[in-house]
Amino acid sequence: MSPAGSFALPRRVLGWWVLSVLLAAALGWVVPAAGTVDSASPLHLIALLVVAVVAVVNVRQVAALDGHPLLGTLAAALFGVWIVYFWQVGVTLFDVPRVLLPSPAWIAQMMVDRWDTLAGDFVQTVLKAVLVGWALGSGLGFAVGVAIDRAPFLQRGLLPIASLTSTVPLVAVAPIMVMWFGFEWPSKAAVVVLMTFFPMLVATLAGLQAAGKLERELMHSYAASYTRTLIDLRLPMAMPFLFSALKVNATLALIGAIVAEFFGSPTVGLGFRISTEAARMNMGLVWGAIVVAAVTGSVAYALLVQLERRVAFWHPSIRAQ
Amino acid sequence: MATTTEATAMKPGVLSLTDRLLPVATVLAFVLALWYGGAVGLNRAGAIERILPNSHPNGDWTTADLITTTLNMERPVLPAPHQVAADLYSSLVDWPLDSPRNLLYHAAVTAQSTLVGFVLGTLLGIALAAAIVHSRTLDRALLPWIVASQTVPVLAIAPIVLVILGSLGFSGVAPKATIAMYLCFFPVTVAMVQGLRAPQRIETELMHTYAASRLQAFWLLRMPSALPYLFPSLRVAIAAGVVGAMVAELPTGAQAGLGAKLLTGSYYGNTVGIWSALVMSALLGLGLTMAVAGIERLVLRQRRVG
Repeated sequence: MSPAGSFALPRRVLGWWVLSVLLAAALGWVVPAAGTVDSASPLHLIALLVVAVVAVVNVRQVAALDGHPLLGTLAAALFGVWIVYFWQVGVTLFDVPRVLLPSPAWIAQMMVDRWDTLAGDFVQTVLKAVLVGWALGSGLGFAVGVAIDRAPFLQRGLLPIASLTSTVPLVAVAPIMVMWFGFEWPSKAAVVVLMTFFPMLVATLAGLQAAGKLERELMHSYAASYTRTLIDLRLPMAMPFLFSALKVNATLALIGAIVAEFFGSPTVGLGFRISTEAARMNMGLVWGAIVVAAVTGSVAYALLVQLERRVAFWHPSIRAQ
Repeated sequence: MATTTEATAMKPGVLSLTDRLLPVATVLAFVLALWYGGAVGLNRAGAIERILPNSHPNGDWTTADLITTTLNMERPVLPAPHQVAADLYSSLVDWPLDSPRNLLYHAAVTAQSTLVGFVLGTLLGIALAAAIVHSRTLDRALLPWIVASQTVPVLAIAPIVLVILGSLGFSGVAPKATIAMYLCFFPVTVAMVQGLRAPQRIETELMHTYAASRLQAFWLLRMPSALPYLFPSLRVAIAAGVVGAMVAELPTGAQAGLGAKLLTGSYYGNTVGIWSALVMSALLGLGLTMAVAGIERLVLRQRRVG
């Protein structure tokens, strides 16, 4: 009956669920097509209110359930679906201008119609600027962190500066990078390199200190060389730090590349699409580009979480989950 | 972990000469030397092509001429540090505070929308976190979305917010503050949910035996124990707010603010202007974060004494 395996949803919850879906479908059925109403009729409003009450009751019921680990996700997913539903119905009923808030259906329609445009933007921004910048910036941060591991003097000098850069709007270097590297994606990648370098440097330095005294002394008693200790003990122990920096950097890289495109770009790219189509009031495509960026961010994060589970499966922080 | 190192870096009294000041000064000196070297290298071609033929028509310029020229060009590829410093200084001193040529004026414009957004975002974040810890429905249904939004480049919505608020008739500070607000609000909410849940079971049970109301438990137990979680998130939030306010100044065709200054600088190829605006925005970010850190120290110290 329920997808949750041995766990079955209580009848009452299921009943409300079916009721809410039926009511929602009925309301969706009678809602006039977009643009044909001047104002919502009182009957529509009452129906909307009824569906809203049923939906709230149902989400509350699901959120109150216990007994299966997926129930939390179910409540969140249900909530998300209802938000999209009321967004759609509300925008249609109240005839909200598309410039203000396009309906989800319209955004989806735009994404289908202009998928080649958005695919081009994705390739330009994500596969070129973000991926290259993220890999270069994180790699450089890691390399510098390992390189100055044996120079405490440099560490003490670099760490405060690197930490302070998190308070500085680094993305503001975008106009300079555009001047140096031109409008194409290398200038965006350069911004991303700068933004992702410092978090990775800080994480590497912190991670390399993560190995305990006991383990270090064990390696010492094995007469392990510095390199052996680094490879076999300290780098593995640094993995959670490195991965959390990689995850933070994935979001930072997307922000950096998109915002850098606001400062000047060729006629392709997610940031370019967002800023120019917003200026042309073509909000469906703007929202479409944002959906692409949001999905990219979430997928990148999920991929990194999976990778961390594969690579650092032995680490207590992973095994505790 | 980045925030803890930052906190120790800002603590006064630990600035002992050998421990911190000397290494940091060395690194900064190295960066400065690298900057000068880069300025000579990057400006070399332009200097040889455009400036030296005019000042030395027979081509008898020396390396020293070349270096001094590259370091003092009007439109360098990379301005030398002293040029940026001079430009910054002259903009601060030579123009009145309300002149658009004074960078402090632009910094104030950006700071204003940042601070308005920061205060609103913090209040909203705390209120939402309080609602989340008291409602299982919100905790289960809403919190996962707020956490997930941390992986999404929410700054990309800025142009949409500007268009929506613009067509609703809002202009000036409101749209910029709104963007700063929603950037501030996410980290504060996530940290405050954690913080408000920080009290141990034994402590909440003590409040229960006192017959404390939910409101009393909130103000006397949950809120104080959430403060150590709140402040690091506030430092993150204000930095995000500065970025948000600056980005919000880009597409509006705004005349004032550091973001607008950067954009006009890049339109007119005024490299020195861009760099001094960049330095100013770095100083603004640093200054606001340090102000938050200062308030944090004040509040947490008072708490320890009281």
